[in-house]
Amino acid sequence: MHPFHPRAISRRAVLKAGGLLGALGMGAAATPAAAATHDAQAVPSPGHGAGPRHGDNRVVGSVDHDRNGFDPWTIATEFEFGEVSQENGRTMREFTLTAMDKEIEIAPGIMFPAWTYNGRVPGPTLRCVEGERLRVRLLNAGTHPHSVHFHGIHSARMDGVAGPSIVEPGGEFVYEFDARPFGCHLYHCHTLPLKRHIHKGLYGTFIIDPDPQRHPEHAEAARGRLFGTPEHARWQEFVIVMNGFDTDFDDENEFYAANTIPFAYFDRPLQVERARPVRLYVVNLTEFDPINSIHLHANFFDYYDHGTTLTPSLRTIDTVMQCQAQRGILEFTFAEHEPGLYMFHAHQTEFAELGWMSHFEVT
Amino acid sequence: MHGGLRAEGLRRSGALFLLPVLALIGLVAVLFLTDPLQNLTAPAPPVEELKVERVVLEPGLIRVHVRADGSEPLTVAQVQVDGAYRTFTLEPAGPIARLGQTRIDIPYPWIDGETHHLSFVTSTGVRFEHTIDVAQTTPRFGTGEVTTLVLVGLLLGIAPVAVGVMFYPAMRGFGPTLMDFILALTAGLLLFLLIDTIGEGFEMAGKAVERLRTDALVLVSGLVTLAGLLAIGRSRGHPPEGVMLALFIAIGIGLHNFGEGLVVGSALATGAAALATFLVTGFVIHNVTEGLGIAAPMVGARPRWYAFVGLVAIAGLPAVFGVLLGAQAFSPFWAALCFGIGAGAIAQVVIEVVALISRRSGSAALLKPASVGGFVAGLAIMYATALLV
Repeated sequence: MHPFHPRAISRRAVLKAGGLLGALGMGAAATPAAAATHDAQAVPSPGHGAGPRHGDNRVVGSVDHDRNGFDPWTIATEFEFGEVSQENGRTMREFTLTAMDKEIEIAPGIMFPAWTYNGRVPGPTLRCVEGERLRVRLLNAGTHPHSVHFHGIHSARMDGVAGPSIVEPGGEFVYEFDARPFGCHLYHCHTLPLKRHIHKGLYGTFIIDPDPQRHPEHAEAARGRLFGTPEHARWQEFVIVMNGFDTDFDDENEFYAANTIPFAYFDRPLQVERARPVRLYVVNLTEFDPINSIHLHANFFDYYDHGTTLTPSLRTIDTVMQCQAQRGILEFTFAEHEPGLYMFHAHQTEFAELGWMSHFEVT
Repeated sequence: MHGGLRAEGLRRSGALFLLPVLALIGLVAVLFLTDPLQNLTAPAPPVEELKVERVVLEPGLIRVHVRADGSEPLTVAQVQVDGAYRTFTLEPAGPIARLGQTRIDIPYPWIDGETHHLSFVTSTGVRFEHTIDVAQTTPRFGTGEVTTLVLVGLLLGIAPVAVGVMFYPAMRGFGPTLMDFILALTAGLLLFLLIDTIGEGFEMAGKAVERLRTDALVLVSGLVTLAGLLAIGRSRGHPPEGVMLALFIAIGIGLHNFGEGLVVGSALATGAAALATFLVTGFVIHNVTEGLGIAAPMVGARPRWYAFVGLVAIAGLPAVFGVLLGAQAFSPFWAALCFGIGAGAIAQVVIEVVALISRRSGSAALLKPASVGGFVAGLAIMYATALLV
């Protein structure tokens, strides 16, 4: 930078002006500005800013979800169950993930050169049942080597960190392991440089439902978790992947979101029926920031850290923080609430104001 | 017959001159049509640059004027204020062409006297930042505000120069050696002003879009002005002296004060903390030396009273216009150009004052204690009084 190029107004210029105005004692600037401050304090923007005069805390415009090929409402509510077959008297469940480069609109008008599983960020929410044998085929249609590293219990060969389980472009690999332990887990690419491979979009949620027969002491709770049972049917389940995007690659996120698109559920809330309980599978896949958090407005929840227990690890809390890759299950109900919009968001206000800000609409 | 030959020669030269011009046009056309560097540029994301040229603050509104540059038109996709995405409107809407300007209106309950950070995210995800150091409502062109701004300009320009010119009667009694001292002092004062002007020009240049090469423009406009004024000053066959030289000095100082006015006006617009009276005093003392510089070459010329009034007006009034313009709208590019021209004008008078000493007392006088002492004293006085500002 040129030595004559100070970035801000030089101190001298400011002093000159300030001195002159101050001395004149009739500050052209002072009086109306004071009025502005007064006004700003007298009329606080309701909630998170709906004042027509003071603008809103939101992004401008809308994302073309059709062009992206995915939308955050479907991501929150859809599960990928794979192909199920019987092999040697065991249930075999097979998934296919394709790693591919894809330009996605991560905020209105802002394109991000993402790396994706199956063309979406986060990747599909893989859901299976405790004790099943899993086969996950990774096809690499991208331009860099990729892998799938599951958070679960498996052998070193299936870990996605070295050897054939790192897949060169055009190649493929099948990860095979048992579904355990039950809980709310995740998968992500474990190719180096790790931070870049993850934050460009190669991650997703991996849910292992408990097998009630293996947990006779909590069979009722297990059946409530197990997809397809009558006990499970009354639950309203949402997957929330807390993520962010560093669009200028300076190792700092420009956007934060629940399921990629900032403010998506703020403008078009997730729909909740008042009478039915709510279960959130929350996974922190935010890069660069050590922790993220979720806070539920006007309500409290029970929290199952990692989802690996059938009794809550934390009871009656309204905020929980997760470090990178930490995840858990939130259970709560709006049964006694009046209908309306109920916020949920990161309680790092920085993340909230940069996009991780959402609503449930309780009806 | 002779004339006919010459005309034919000119025609031939003209025709031959077309040859390289046509070759250049052809080369540019080939580059555009075939794009031979496509392999080099295809995978590269567009290069983008965004500069905030001006910020206007109104109650509940931040209004930002930006200029864009880059390999493709630039789209401002989202805007953050203090690390939060905010609603905004673009005027005109849509992408900003290369070197194009746009206005961004951001409704925001900004806080008087505090710092606010703006961040503009483009469609490619690149972020450009700008800091409002001290938020204050931008002065509007109401009667009260204009009066204040004019008063600021008068204090900045007219008052000190007028006071400086009042040294004239005292200087009339000076002997030749003391006169050399005073003229050398003037050269020193002006040289400091020259350095200061170039510095301010570069500071402005730093705020302009890079492609406009504003640094170079400061120097080029300065040199062109210098050459032009030297030529005009000596067009009657002899160098300017007396009232004429004072006029040129007044013009140079006037251009400098116009630039100063722009900076001060803009600082008023972008906010400044209220400070003590001694700073104004310091500023007045600093600029008094400008008046001294105008008066010095007129010793022995016996100018009429209205010459003094005219010279003070030429040197001082531009500050008033500068403050008014700076408080409203100006781009760093034009401000830098003003400083460049001002620098050239000051350089001219430095040269002419030195030339005057050399004519009066011989070139050897330039290195005598009176001249060297005066020169050093001039620089030192300016530096010392600048510390008060």
